[in-house]
This record gives sequence, C-alpha cells and structure tokens, in this order.
Amino acid sequence: MSYEELLTQIALEDDRFVVMTAENRALVRKMPETLKNRFIDTGITEQTMVGAAAGLALRGRIPVIHALSTFLTMRAFEFIRTDIGIPGLPVKLSSYIPGFLSDGNGPTHQAIEDISLMRGIPNMTVYAPADEDDLLKMVPSIWKNPEPAYIRINTRKTDYKHTPYNPGKSEIISVGKKATILVYGLLFEEAFRAREILLKKGLDIGLVNMRCLKPLDQETLVQVIKDSEWIIPIEDHFHTGGLYSILAEFLLNKNLYPRVLPINLGEKWFTPGLLPQVLENEGFSAARLAERIEAHLA
Amino acid sequence: MYTLNALEESAFRIRERIIKMSTDGGCFLGASLSAADVILFLYTRFLNLSKQNLNDPERDYFFLSKGHDVPALYGTLVELGILEESRLKNHLSVKDHIYWHPNTHIPGIEFHSGSLGHLPSVALGVALDIKLKGGKAKVVCILGDGELNEGSCWEAVLVANAYKLDNLYFIIDRNHFQANMPTEDLIPLEPLSDKFTAFGASVKRIDGHDFKAVENALSSTPFHPGKLNVLIADTVRGKGLPSIEKRADRWFCNFTHKEVEDLLLELRGNAPTHLSSETLLVR
Repeated sequence: MSYEELLTQIALEDDRFVVMTAENRALVRKMPETLKNRFIDTGITEQTMVGAAAGLALRGRIPVIHALSTFLTMRAFEFIRTDIGIPGLPVKLSSYIPGFLSDGNGPTHQAIEDISLMRGIPNMTVYAPADEDDLLKMVPSIWKNPEPAYIRINTRKTDYKHTPYNPGKSEIISVGKKATILVYGLLFEEAFRAREILLKKGLDIGLVNMRCLKPLDQETLVQVIKDSEWIIPIEDHFHTGGLYSILAEFLLNKNLYPRVLPINLGEKWFTPGLLPQVLENEGFSAARLAERIEAHLA
Repeated sequence: MYTLNALEESAFRIRERIIKMSTDGGCFLGASLSAADVILFLYTRFLNLSKQNLNDPERDYFFLSKGHDVPALYGTLVELGILEESRLKNHLSVKDHIYWHPNTHIPGIEFHSGSLGHLPSVALGVALDIKLKGGKAKVVCILGDGELNEGSCWEAVLVANAYKLDNLYFIIDRNHFQANMPTEDLIPLEPLSDKFTAFGASVKRIDGHDFKAVENALSSTPFHPGKLNVLIADTVRGKGLPSIEKRADRWFCNFTHKEVEDLLLELRGNAPTHLSSETLLVR
C-alpha cells in the first residue's frame, strides 16, 4: 500500500477527513477522482491553504494538508502558529521533500530548519518516519489523534520492517554499550548500514529510530543514555533546534551527561545534487557515517 | 426585529461603549467607530446569529479579520445580549479576556484575530465546508482597507472565486486610513472595486454609515451566483466624533477620563472636545 492509498482509504471511511494541497500533487495524484470535493487544491497558496484548513477544522473536519516542506513551514509559518497552533486545531501537515530529500532543488527548497520551527509551536506535534513502511505504520494514529501534527513525509522504500507504532514512542533497534545513534527520517537507512559496518569492526553501536520528535519519548532516551557511553544524534537539519538541541535540552533537564557526537548540517545549506551523491558529499552515506563515528570515538 | 430607526439608537449605544474603552490603556477608537454601523447591521438584519444559536452548525458566521475593531464587536455583542455589559469594565484586565483583539473566550466570537490577512482564508475554509455539506449559511468577514496591503487577502480572493464561494462575503471597512496615514498617501488602493472585480469577485460599494444603503446592497444575495461577494463600505475613521473624524493620528487612543466624558457629550451633539492626550501611539 502507498501513502496515497492509505490516506484515500482512511478518508473514504471517515468523512471528517479532507485532503488539501498547495498544488503539491506528487503524493495525491488520484485523489481528485477518489475524494472528489473532499480534495481541495488551493493552488500555490500555502498561507491560504493553512488558513482554510483552520476554517475547515473549525467545522469539524480533519484536514491533511500537503506542500513542499520549506514553503509549508516558512511561507505559511505564521498561519500554522497562529491559526492552527493557538487554537490547537486537528490539522495534519504532510511535509514534502524535507531535508536531503530535496536533493537537486537547491537551498530555496532545503527544509533543514523545519523541526526547529515546528516544535517551537506550542500544541504542535512533530514526527519523522524512517521510510514508507514506517510512515504507513505511524500516520493512522497520528491522523486520528486530535492534536495538530507535522510529519516529514518519507515514502522511500527500504528493506527494514519496523515494529508497530506505539504513539509517542521511539523504536529501539538496539542499545550500544559504546554508542547509540539517534536518528529520524531517511537517514535511518544510512545509519542502520553504518552500524552494521561498525559492528563488524567490533564496536558496540546501537540505534534508535526516533519516530517522534515532539512529544519526546523520554523513557526510551533515559534507558538508552543509561547504557551508552556516547549518544550520536544524526539528522539532515541545521545544528540549531533539531534533534541535537532536543537531546541537549533533555540531558540538561534530566541531569544526564553522556558524551555526545552530533552529526548534522551545522549552519550550511548542502550542495545540491542527486541524493546518493549528496549523502556521500555531505558525509551522511553509511560508509562516511561509519568513518566519522569510528574516528571520533577512537 | 430591528427597524432602521432602532438601529440608529443601538449604534449610538455601541459608540458610547467604544468611547468608554478608549481610556485606562485605550483602544483602537478611530478604527472601531468606522466599522460600528456595518457590524451592527450585519448582526441585526443580515446574519442568522443570536444568543440562541451560537453553537448551531447551521448558523451564519462572522469573522472580524480587522481584529483591532473589536470594541465595535464587543459593543454589538452587548447590544444583542450575547456578552454581559459588566464585562466591558474588565477591559485590559488580566482577570478577563477583553483586550485589543478578538478571542474565543468571548461568547459569539468564532476565531481570534489581530494579525491582518488571516481571517479571509479561515472564513474561506468555513464557507467551503458549508458548501460541501450543502448548507445555506452565509460567512461574512470584515477586512480593513489597510489590511488589503497584505497579499494573503488577495490570495484568498483568488481561491474563493476558484471555488465559487458565493456564500462568502468580504466586507471592507473602507475608512481611507491605514495605521498612520491615509491609504492613498502610502499604498494607493483605488480603483478598489475594479481590483476585486478583476480578481473575479462581484462587487458593490456603498456608504457604510447609511443603513438603508447597506440594506439595499445586501438585499439580494449572492450578488452574483458563483462569485465571491465583496462589499466596499466607504466609512469615516472616528465616525460620530468630529474631533477625531478623518484624523490620521487618532487610530488608537488612550484618553483621560475627563476627555472621555467630553467625547460622550460630543457624541450627543456637543462641541468638539479639546483633546490633549498624546497621539500616534502604538504603531
């Protein structure tokens, strides 16, 4: 099943759902025919789409709204924060091509501050599935929950079979004595393979698929930090406000002091190109991650 | 049922309430006085809205996108018995929710506002849902003319026409001023009707202080099937108080109690008040 098929099925079963887009049709190609007038394309108008979603939610609908990540979170930020965040309306933001997924588009399209922005809105929840399998396991409960939700959409297919999604919980693949990687979104795949490389070299490296960035699965984090010497937050996000910052806030809050190796984009927009090259070039491919981690932990 | 004469009396009482809020912290006096008549008309002779049906899903909807006019809305809600008069004494107190912009703690207020250019799209979403459900309810959104500087207003007009939302009404409180100066001296809007027409709306333009004219304009609705309704109401900033009418510098006012007493007399036809409180506050 695809994202579109799942959303269509859910919307056909529950007519509270309306699907909206700011002419970002990639994920919703057939919906004009399947959902008919519950599919609303407002054109390239992210602000109006968000405001209209608020109006529809006022009337009891659950709008699932689509736009490219940068334009959704930034062009329409004030509308999200003021018209959805302040009243806490059940609007679900499906954010298309976040982080490295924008590949050849360039910095105008690179949403690498989106986690920081969205989690800064009181009442907003923030999620990042690792791949299509994870996405399909996560969205039904996220969409049925009454809270506003921001989801970094990721429809990439990997071989990994994720555990069922437990709302608000991260997915522990393993806890490593030497280090545990915390990762979200498409970098899960690279981190998983990097871990395999490092395990073969005798380094006990664990891995957690965060799934939820807000709310934070504090229980899992405490458990992991208790048993790992190093925590390695990896993300296709600036160093400000994403998982690294989330972790830092958490450690301070809980008085915990593991060693931390943050792997992120610092303050740099990445050099555009096709995804495999971008991953390699920026040091986020499995091989490069393994190298970076091994060198630092030595 | 409010006759047009009864409206004049109600409008007077609403203006008194607005003027009383222009002290002890102040309020957007000039802006509220221009919108007061249209808001009163809508609630008494156009919208299916009363104390009895505030939660009825079939009700009409009112959105004040020009949020800083909220004293006019408070005054009207009191007039209709939806909001207790005594709460107006809590203006700007942290013990209540009566402040410079609307919020949903006040009965009858559908959505908070204050940031210009937001409620046109929220109203659009509501109107769209009503159409989806086959409903007949109307959705009215009041915008300021200065507010039309915000591009999101025009986006909403384009989208409303794309979706043929002829149950949606954008009413412009065209008082010819924006915060600090006349609109035409900063960002000229005229010819304003033509702009809305070019964007696909059906447009009427009337004197927003002439109840008969407002009634005529809204007597046959929608203005044109399939089109957004735009009513441009030419109004006077500060209407009712010659000492502040058409003044660029009396948009937000924080007067002394004495000045307020004199303004209330001026409203009844006394000589213009001598105002010495500072002008051009807040923006």
